Amino acid sequence: MSSISAQHSDTTFASSFEVQKIREMFPILHQEVNGKPLVYFDNAATTQKPQSVIDALNHYYTHDNANIHRGIHTLAERATAAFEETRQAIQAFLGAREPEEIIFTKGTTDSINLVAHSFGKANVKEGDEIIISAMEHHSNIVPWQILCEDKGAKLKVIPVNEQGEILIDEYQKLLSEKTKLVSVVYASNSLGTINPVKEIVDLAHSYGAVVVLDGAQASAHLEIDVQELNCDFFALSAHKMYGPTGVGVLYGKRRLLEKMPPYQAGGEMISNVSFEKTTYNDIPYKFEAGTPNIADVVAFKQAIDFIQSIGKAKIQAHEQALLAYAHQQLEQIPGLKIIGTAREKVSVASFVIDQVFHFDIGQMLDARGIAIRTGHHCTQPLMDRYGIEGTARASFSVYNTKEEIDNLVEGLSKIVKMMRK
Amino acid sequence: MPETIKEIQDEIIEEFSMLDGDQEMTNFYIMELGQKLPELEEENKTEDNIIKGCQSKVWVVPVPEGERLNFKADSNSAITKGLVSLLVRIFNHQKAEDILNADLYFIDKIGMNRFIGTQRSNGFGAMIKQIRLFALVQKDRIEATK
Repeated sequence: MSSISAQHSDTTFASSFEVQKIREMFPILHQEVNGKPLVYFDNAATTQKPQSVIDALNHYYTHDNANIHRGIHTLAERATAAFEETRQAIQAFLGAREPEEIIFTKGTTDSINLVAHSFGKANVKEGDEIIISAMEHHSNIVPWQILCEDKGAKLKVIPVNEQGEILIDEYQKLLSEKTKLVSVVYASNSLGTINPVKEIVDLAHSYGAVVVLDGAQASAHLEIDVQELNCDFFALSAHKMYGPTGVGVLYGKRRLLEKMPPYQAGGEMISNVSFEKTTYNDIPYKFEAGTPNIADVVAFKQAIDFIQSIGKAKIQAHEQALLAYAHQQLEQIPGLKIIGTAREKVSVASFVIDQVFHFDIGQMLDARGIAIRTGHHCTQPLMDRYGIEGTARASFSVYNTKEEIDNLVEGLSKIVKMMRK
Repeated sequence: MPETIKEIQDEIIEEFSMLDGDQEMTNFYIMELGQKLPELEEENKTEDNIIKGCQSKVWVVPVPEGERLNFKADSNSAITKGLVSLLVRIFNHQKAEDILNADLYFIDKIGMNRFIGTQRSNGFGAMIKQIRLFALVQKDRIEATK
């Protein structure tokens, strides 16, 4: 199994000097938890924030705070400019054709709900089918369930194999003229699997279905080009890519967004309002009702800049080296089984240990200052697929080190010795 | 004469004070306590006996004995089993009324809130709430027969 990441061509640790320099940008990492130096391995839940992001929040409220788009005074112009700069940064980051295709939301969940409510309402009808995969997060299951119930449509699920890979043959069997929409995760939060999304998109398009990609776990790690992927929608969360919480993005193709009805109604999204008739604003504003989370959107740009300043290739190489090393070391622990051994993975190591409940693992590691995630990771159907209640999950980021993995493995070895009779 | 809820709490506080606030030692001690809890029969591990509000499964079964209550408990988590064993130890063989009126100051004194975190605290809180509900039912039952 240690060959998993060996298949990636470039998996070299960043030099310890480089990692130390990166770590210095993250003030939160330099603290003790329960008397031990913090080891933060819960990056798939949320990443930590560099000083530049924290400073941007501070700077915005100290110097530029105003409501955007409608004000004519200087602060309003500065705030609007900063807000729109982030939109352009995201456009470039995702390779979108134009900034109008970037809609700010609260996060990935909000973005998916927007598509389900707006596109779904206008385009899905009785007898239609929506396809998701068995490894989806609840936020990419429930909105479609609700839509299907509302419309009398059917939800179909692509199965995954034991390694945690989507079965493309089964996907092809599910596709038909009835398929209206396919929504799949780019990289799985609980297994790490990177799905062959380009192939999934092309197959869906051959049946005229639109494709939503849940990019929450992919965006901080993988090079993304929505035009090359040719997906119709792409959702991400800022907080999983070194940015603030409460901000997300929905990318959508202009021709689809223009035809979609508004999701929420209020200020900003309108063009003209009278009590008889309201005409809606153009995209993206049609989908941005109300005062948005301006400060966090502004600070999000610093997170994008942070990623770009290191470069995705370098980030990925370091994270893949961490993942390969973690897999190799974890497998030495008696009774430990890795859940999710796909050939292509982001830096997520999910595991179970014989006779040790995952929750106890998390609790015991916390005593050693090591933060991991335990439970079903909001993917209960996937846990059912493996016949388990949950896993312990360590997820790595650019600021993590080989020594921290040694620390994790040492902690786990001790726990196993103490707890397995 | 059985020990009072207060006496047992004081004993627990005394025991935990020897761990010196070391969280890892505390966890191991809690698990050790859990291991001493008698096994719960499989037929009692039902959905109905599960206490909601925790990542792990916790079963608590009341066993009335005259005007007093005993408890049987178990969990699929070693740490949670230890935690519920503390409650069993405190509340076993107590009068329903005393269970309902008990001031559980030991939780704060042994740093349970600080050690266990909100999620687990909630689970711990849910266990206490459920035990008090059992006591309330028992109290009503006793009063009805008077």
